[in-house]
Amino acid sequence: MMEFMGYRRADGTVGTRNYVGVISAVVCVNEVVEAIVRQVQGTARFTHHQGCCQTPLDIGRVNQTLIGLGRNPNLHSVIVVSLGCESTDISKVTESIRASGKRVEHIVVQEVGGAARTTAQGILLAQEMVREASLQQRELFPISELVMGMKCGSSDTTSGLVPNPAIGVASDLLVSAGGTSILGEVTEFIGAEHILARHAANDQVADGIFKLVERMEVRAMAVGEDIRGGQPTGGNIKGGLTTIEEKSLGAIAKAGSAPIQAVYEYGERPAVRGLVVMDSPGREPEILTGLAAAGCNVITFATGRGAPQGFPFVPVLKITGSRTAAEKMSDHIDMNLSAVIDGGDTIPDAGRRILEELANIASGSMTKAEISGYTNSMDIYMLGPVI
Amino acid sequence: MAIDAIVLHSADNVATAVQDLKVGQKAIVRLGREISHVSLVEDIPYGHKFAIRSITKGEDILKYGEVIGRATNSIAAGCHAHVQNIESLRGRGDLNKEA
Repeated sequence: MMEFMGYRRADGTVGTRNYVGVISAVVCVNEVVEAIVRQVQGTARFTHHQGCCQTPLDIGRVNQTLIGLGRNPNLHSVIVVSLGCESTDISKVTESIRASGKRVEHIVVQEVGGAARTTAQGILLAQEMVREASLQQRELFPISELVMGMKCGSSDTTSGLVPNPAIGVASDLLVSAGGTSILGEVTEFIGAEHILARHAANDQVADGIFKLVERMEVRAMAVGEDIRGGQPTGGNIKGGLTTIEEKSLGAIAKAGSAPIQAVYEYGERPAVRGLVVMDSPGREPEILTGLAAAGCNVITFATGRGAPQGFPFVPVLKITGSRTAAEKMSDHIDMNLSAVIDGGDTIPDAGRRILEELANIASGSMTKAEISGYTNSMDIYMLGPVI
Repeated sequence: MAIDAIVLHSADNVATAVQDLKVGQKAIVRLGREISHVSLVEDIPYGHKFAIRSITKGEDILKYGEVIGRATNSIAAGCHAHVQNIESLRGRGDLNKEA
């Protein structure tokens, strides 16, 4: 059984990192959060553009997402920064995170008296909390404690040929060891949902997959546009992907062959182990946030042309099957599997190496995205308009 | 051996280039362990697809053994198969608008 060194949390989950999270309750305080995090090592921020002037449905989603992020096992403790007049339900957010057994502090810019004073107070508080977090030691855990998010971005033809099926193998191995993997990117199920539904553990799950795809497709069509304007993206087309169906068939290879146990809403924490599906769009800021809110402690990310984004407090392992991307985007790519193309490597071997690398990353080995700090352009997936 | 293109399923009518390929070239195409050759009628950029047999207008385009779209024109063997001659069948809000 493979193992990794992680951080034990009070609610039974296991962290692969040990940050003090500084979370914006609303877009208006992002600059305070940035200023605090800039000054204190050992913190990670989550900033976004939501939390005010939105429909109740979306505000509910902001609340749930912030709760999920705060409860993510990679955060030791949390500071929530709010403005004071936002729509986000701050007491619900802070109480729900606190219920997981973490220390949660809350600072309000309009009460403290402006950005400068709040920043100073936040810095002092964060320093004290980082000191407390740094006392915790890593312990040995089986890889069944990994919750792996899966994503592909800046795809080209090689994504569907190499890294996606290799991630599928890694996911199968993780699931058979008792772990959890989460497949998102519902936009990229379009045209391949019938294949994915064949993997469903039961009819209810299959039905859930079809409903998610229908909802996504109807939403895109409701604006009277051709979804092809946005999917596949211009970069995908330049890379040789012609239709959303083609992109989807390559994308769902990440699902591997394990049965899909359940279907969840965006950012919802799985109640079961094994392979599950989560509603989410394909764009990086929103899906990475959704996976983190669902409790992922590692994320695998297949790329064809070379996508740079990581996530502020969840390590994102970048994997490519393109020799060109591995060379040209070397400061963003962690694993180069391009030897599979010529037949010098195989998908099953590559998949096993991905799982081994995940165990290393989970134990503290840093990803390129973490080293470069290219992790902060995040957002929450919204359904309605800004009003 | 270095190959020029991959076919992923025996039912497929397109191959995917894994090198930049030139017009007139006899592309080495791999399907599993089988190697075949297709003479290219156009340049095929790395990552792009070409027809491995002649495809008629309206015919399904198959990759991974599954339908990825429909030919909007006939595509001769060795021709570039991409957005200029293949259309998606999904998420087409524009079709409803025209109707």
